[in-house]
Amino acid sequence: MSIRLRVNGTEHVLDVDPEMPLLWALRDVLTLTGTKYGCGQALCGACVVHIDGAAVRSCVTPVRRAEGREVMTIEGLSPDGSHPLQKAWVDLAVPQCGFCQAGQIMTAAALLAKKPKPTDAEIDQSLAGNLCRCGTYTRIRTAVKKAAGLPTE
Amino acid sequence: MQDTRIRLSRRSVLEGMGLVAAGLGLEVFLPARAHAAPMPTSLPEVPSGGLRANVFVHVAPDGVVTIVCHRSEMGQGVRSSLPVLIADELGADMAHVKVVQGDGDEAYGDQNTDGSSSVRKIFDDLRYAGATVRTMLVAVAAKRWKVAPAECEALDHAVFHKGTRRTFKFGDLASDAAKLKVPGKDAVTLRPRGELKHLGKELPLLDGPDIVTGRAVFGADVVLPGMRTAVIARPPVAGGKVARYDATKTLAVPGVRQVVELPAATKPFLFQPLGGLAVVADHTWAAMKGRAVLDVTWEGGDNAVYDSAAYREQLLEVIGKPGKVVRNVGDAEGALAKAAKRVRATYNTPHLAHAPMEPPAAVAKVENGTCEVWATTQNPQAARSEVAKALGIDPSKVTVHVTLLGGGFGRKSKPDYVVEAALVAKAVGAPVRLQWTREDDVRHDYYHSTSAQRLEAGLDASGKVVAWHQRIAFPPIGSTFADATFAGDGEMGQGILDLPLAIPDVRMENCEARAHTRIGWLRSVANIYHAFAVQSFIDELAHERGADPRDTLLEVLGPSRIVTPKDLGVAKVPNYGQSLEEHPVDTARLRRVIERVTGLSRWDERKREGRALGLAAHRSFLTYVAVVVSVVKDADERIRVDEAWIVADAGTIVNLERVRAQMEGAVVFGLSLGLYGAITMKDGATVESNFRDYRLARIAETPRRIHVDIIPSDGRPGGVGEPGVPPVAPALANAVFALTGTRVRELPLVKTVKV
Repeated sequence: MSIRLRVNGTEHVLDVDPEMPLLWALRDVLTLTGTKYGCGQALCGACVVHIDGAAVRSCVTPVRRAEGREVMTIEGLSPDGSHPLQKAWVDLAVPQCGFCQAGQIMTAAALLAKKPKPTDAEIDQSLAGNLCRCGTYTRIRTAVKKAAGLPTE
Repeated sequence: MQDTRIRLSRRSVLEGMGLVAAGLGLEVFLPARAHAAPMPTSLPEVPSGGLRANVFVHVAPDGVVTIVCHRSEMGQGVRSSLPVLIADELGADMAHVKVVQGDGDEAYGDQNTDGSSSVRKIFDDLRYAGATVRTMLVAVAAKRWKVAPAECEALDHAVFHKGTRRTFKFGDLASDAAKLKVPGKDAVTLRPRGELKHLGKELPLLDGPDIVTGRAVFGADVVLPGMRTAVIARPPVAGGKVARYDATKTLAVPGVRQVVELPAATKPFLFQPLGGLAVVADHTWAAMKGRAVLDVTWEGGDNAVYDSAAYREQLLEVIGKPGKVVRNVGDAEGALAKAAKRVRATYNTPHLAHAPMEPPAAVAKVENGTCEVWATTQNPQAARSEVAKALGIDPSKVTVHVTLLGGGFGRKSKPDYVVEAALVAKAVGAPVRLQWTREDDVRHDYYHSTSAQRLEAGLDASGKVVAWHQRIAFPPIGSTFADATFAGDGEMGQGILDLPLAIPDVRMENCEARAHTRIGWLRSVANIYHAFAVQSFIDELAHERGADPRDTLLEVLGPSRIVTPKDLGVAKVPNYGQSLEEHPVDTARLRRVIERVTGLSRWDERKREGRALGLAAHRSFLTYVAVVVSVVKDADERIRVDEAWIVADAGTIVNLERVRAQMEGAVVFGLSLGLYGAITMKDGATVESNFRDYRLARIAETPRRIHVDIIPSDGRPGGVGEPGVPPVAPALANAVFALTGTRVRELPLVKTVKV
């Protein structure tokens, strides 16, 4: 069965099981490997992408749910790493291993799109589903604030 | 589309590692008279010509300097640090340096990226690698100018003649330098520290831009033409095997190609795969679906008896009886008998799983008697030799490329999953991506060991600690490699043999414990439970005598001094493989981090307004760390960590920015294991399976502020990645006691208090 969706502005028709999680359609079929597999159970947030601007966990989202909709992955967030979150992440050297960071950034991007000046509590709440085993959380908070143009200390 | 992407993917691998795809296949020019170290068989491709004086540095005639990072990047920042150290000695400008990830090859020396060893063990070697190249470039320039080399200096990617404005760029000197004999160490001078421009500074994060744009390549991101994906159904019990199976339903799943049975593992487990059934499919989803409907019956083997709750009781029994004396000074039993007061406590810690955010994964291609592997591995040489052994081919026929690691923490030092990829690739005759699911990762780890310890101290009438008796039991890491039931020196050397105590009578015993699962090393290893027991116990002693825990800690550690093996009552201090002459056990450094951290955290105000502080300090991996944790109670009576301070003296550091990051991360890692981390076993199988039941600290559970302070030092470098972890859990437990009066003697805290 074919599924039609737009990913990072490009139209794709995928001939896949409609129940296949969007994560694997992106990674294995479209070879967009920036989106990561971390748990497969919506517990870690490494797979977060946007569907029509909303942050979703692609590991538990059947690809059929993206049918006819606009999917954005980390590769599509900006053409050149110039999104304010990407810049803040680099400036503050947020990543350690880096594996969870695409999911962190995509989650934060959806937050800022909705709440351009989030409070500390809103940042924590928004990113509560994104695990980082390296423990970069304090820098993630600061980077979100920096990207939002909020005072960082 | 797929073909394009394959090229892009391979190109991005190369670009991610600093190599330009153009020029692949050009041979490395080896000057006839070069006395270089043995070449890796899989040297990164560089333009032909130019100077390669050793395996780490190549200077091209166009001025591009290629530096190999031969250690694995797993978040500790090694790729942003080691190449800069080499470049600094060389005088190279990082803007013209390409960092290339080294394949697994003995020519690089030790590549097993664990033990917090990447700087401390090879600091000088890497500097010599850069300095040798500098010496050769300077020699050519000096000869051209007919001046003494001492009149020249290498700076900003060029050699200058001091006093005149004459300059040669590195690239202009490379070809002539390649004709020179490579000087020995005695003919090479390291720069004085003050000349190293980058050493100890905040260095840029090399892979940052690739990470935030999704271009960075991790283990599962490598794509090969015709590649299949496999997941494996492994025996739930380590050492178990397939009794029988029926793959009919699996093979009916669209996209599933075949099912491959792998050989069962036998003890000792070493780096063997655990066996089981590999489901090979066109993509991950089909492989996972196929595995889910696989009809398989397992045979448990002798580890099926393992029940971690019962084993906890067994360990408590074992430490009730004398063990093997590993450390003895004076007569602890006699001193305890005479003591005015005796204090005794027992501490328990559970198994832990590493749970790196990236589960194990590897891509393998086996053809024409060779094997090429791309893997998220801390240990590419072991991956190479294990793959060779499993395939029955010579290691020279195996190439192991190292991708970025999405965390390692010791898990990825064990290449069992790389061997799995190679075995499955061979069986199916096509390239295979072997993907571990999170459930696989949590259930089939090389687990951090579970422990029990019994500590007893004698106090004299004034409250001074005059006797110390400690018994320690845990299934040792050695059990993974041989039939071992006692701890190795390495494990005892992590906070037992090397623990400074200003106590006249001390005895430490290691009690026997048999492993019933695969035991491995996890970030800071045995230091975790040793520091938890010792640092908690000293806090208990302070409260017994009504004293300030900081004062008691300083008193028990004793005055500033170098502590010798004789003082410690041991034949030898393993000292993380380094000499006591270069890295003595120095209580002045431990005292200093304690004093510093208690100053920064305003220790004197440690209990006020519903908040309390806890302190712990520990030397590990030759680095001294002290931690203060502040805890408060939430509106719903839950204990929350609201602030933490960590002070480290790691001697000379290379990259201040990444050292800070490691300490911040260590606090969070320590909180995860202190608050929540526990792996339990029932009928030999792991009960937990994913982040739902193997809980890690999340953003809201992380203190708002983690203050990091690094002691400036030009001493010998110590480790950085691990030493921040051990003091965190005891500092937390001590803070909880200060706040609530509840003494936590078992990790994780969630078993005892509401967190």
